[in-house]
Amino acid sequence: MQHVFYLLLKRLRAPIITIISVYAISIVGFVLIPGQDDQGNVWRMDFFHAFYFVSFMGSTIGFGEVPYAFTTGQRMWATLSIYATVISWLYSMGTIFSLFQDQNYQRLSRRTRFINQVNRICEPYYLICGFGATGSRVAHLLDKHNIPSVIIESKLKVINELETTEIGQKLPSLCADASDPDALKIAGIDNDLCVGVLALTIDDQTNLAIAINSKLVKPDRLVISGTQSKATTGNLASFGTDTILDPFEIFADHLMLMLKEPYKHLIYDVFVNPHHNVWASPHQNTEGSWVICGYGRFGRALEKEFLKHDIPHTFISTDPRGYKAPPGTVHGTGTEAPTLIEAGIESALGVIAGTDNDADNLSIIITARDLKPDLITVARQNVRTNKPVFKAANVNLIMEPGRIVANEVYMRIRTPLLTECFSLIRKRDEASTRALLHRIANAMGEQELDAWTLNIDEQKSPAITEAIAEGRKVGLNALEMDPRNRDRALPAVALMLKRGHDSLLVPPPETGLQKGDQILYCGQDQAEQHMGWIMRDHNTLRYIQTGQVGPDGLLWHWLKTRRDQARGTK
Amino acid sequence: MNREKIVFAFFIMLALTLNFGFFLGDIDQPEHHSVYELYAAIIVSLIATVMKLGDRTHVGAVLLATSLVADLQLIIAAIIWGAMTHLSDTGMTPHAMASIVSLSAGALLANITSVVLLIVETMTVRH
Repeated sequence: MQHVFYLLLKRLRAPIITIISVYAISIVGFVLIPGQDDQGNVWRMDFFHAFYFVSFMGSTIGFGEVPYAFTTGQRMWATLSIYATVISWLYSMGTIFSLFQDQNYQRLSRRTRFINQVNRICEPYYLICGFGATGSRVAHLLDKHNIPSVIIESKLKVINELETTEIGQKLPSLCADASDPDALKIAGIDNDLCVGVLALTIDDQTNLAIAINSKLVKPDRLVISGTQSKATTGNLASFGTDTILDPFEIFADHLMLMLKEPYKHLIYDVFVNPHHNVWASPHQNTEGSWVICGYGRFGRALEKEFLKHDIPHTFISTDPRGYKAPPGTVHGTGTEAPTLIEAGIESALGVIAGTDNDADNLSIIITARDLKPDLITVARQNVRTNKPVFKAANVNLIMEPGRIVANEVYMRIRTPLLTECFSLIRKRDEASTRALLHRIANAMGEQELDAWTLNIDEQKSPAITEAIAEGRKVGLNALEMDPRNRDRALPAVALMLKRGHDSLLVPPPETGLQKGDQILYCGQDQAEQHMGWIMRDHNTLRYIQTGQVGPDGLLWHWLKTRRDQARGTK
Repeated sequence: MNREKIVFAFFIMLALTLNFGFFLGDIDQPEHHSVYELYAAIIVSLIATVMKLGDRTHVGAVLLATSLVADLQLIIAAIIWGAMTHLSDTGMTPHAMASIVSLSAGALLANITSVVLLIVETMTVRH
């Protein structure tokens, strides 16, 4: 690949040489052709005057004949020269403009701009490969929290659309095949600031290539990859890909959680869907059989979970034999009533429309609901732009593969502790989860829920480490008071305390903090800022702990000690 | 045989020969140095420079640099010439002529380097 500047120079060789030659000939002509001065003597232009005249003639025409009026011979030559210089300029300009429109040139200049943009980033960033449903959502989520990212996408159309959006103006984006090592290189895959590589293309082989490339260059760097098949999952795991996300397995797992332990699922749901649709209210009956349309990757993931929890289910498949569907599978698409009735829709608890065709899925939901209005409906939405239609169909639960992977990716980047927290929550009983959920709901109020991690160390929380070093005890509750008025609590809930390898779920407020602790909080985002204030400012910390606003600075401090002493002696 | 190579070598060589022709003669004698020859040397040198544009090889870069040096020296010489004949009251002096010719001698060195580089590059191509 060559630099765009060299391409420009190479293409402009001929026009520049033309201009130089035309100018050279014109100048010589004026020097050689005899003229007349104002007294009628023969006067020859010298090179200086000839160059001066040709220079303004070539570009402007119409400064008049200098320094003396021209003779006929000079005028003839001037006429010729005018046409020659104007044509050579037009030729040069034409070459430049056609070059700017050239596909190759545009590709190169975009590439150059991309390289410059990437080089300008001076904080840790993430490399997003594939700007589909998943990639775009991750980019938007990261952007919302001011985490920069760099985008590689193979479809020019997507890149063009991206460049017209607000986020596209901010984020560097490159149109290239992400499995191409050169594209990854200029996106900074061997750059120290690139702290994570997200392989989210729709092609498994590309994802594999990206993950291998990243792991070879920097084995310790975070690599998260989406996957479409079991074989790829195994392959990705074999060389240490940190997280492999299969949307169908994740969804099947969540669906089960929702049916079996709705509160645990709700906790998960409030974090990933700020405006979540809660059909799984705990009063609902969740015992019964299910009809599942479509037996492919999604179907198999669901089957595994349904078998594990021993829930009766019937599949409907267009080609039961070809897809090796389990015995008892009904043949058909599920969009027509007879097939659904054959699969036992009238006695079923819910229906899952899981084909890879959105129109079919909607049709299944509507037909099934006509047959049995109180069905729980779950639909798979394949195309992002179909969202309004699915919303209008009033489906209980929409399964959007891109969205599921994006949420997981974002959660792992922004609050890695949250994943661990969820796995701990799943081990608890429903009653305590319910209590926790109520606390979270109280804290968040009408606001969007946010989660963040606090680190107790010298850099992030100097006030607290200082207090601990002085032997003062700082409890978790110190972080949860409002620094403006300590009688008020901040709208936040401590979810987990991580100390070394031990993790404590929902730590009690009186827990003493130690250096090196990591605390996972959730609540309104303004609480995070207040906590940062407490952690950094020792005056604020003292106010929180004692309720006193003490004097600051050496002089005031000295005066206060004296006053205290004076009071003591009285 | 390659037409592009011929044109390229022609201009580099011509820049050198014209430059040499101008340089030849007593250093402070205006009659020994033709203004037309200086003009031709500048034009050919400029064209040679443009022909070297956009070459990304190492030799190409050095060739471009030597050409730019020659352009610079010759253009300064031309400016001095113009200034002496039009701006100064004394007209062309032997002292000014000497500095013009010595500037062109500098350009000559750069042009010689260009030609040497060109020959070296030609020799390294085996076929």
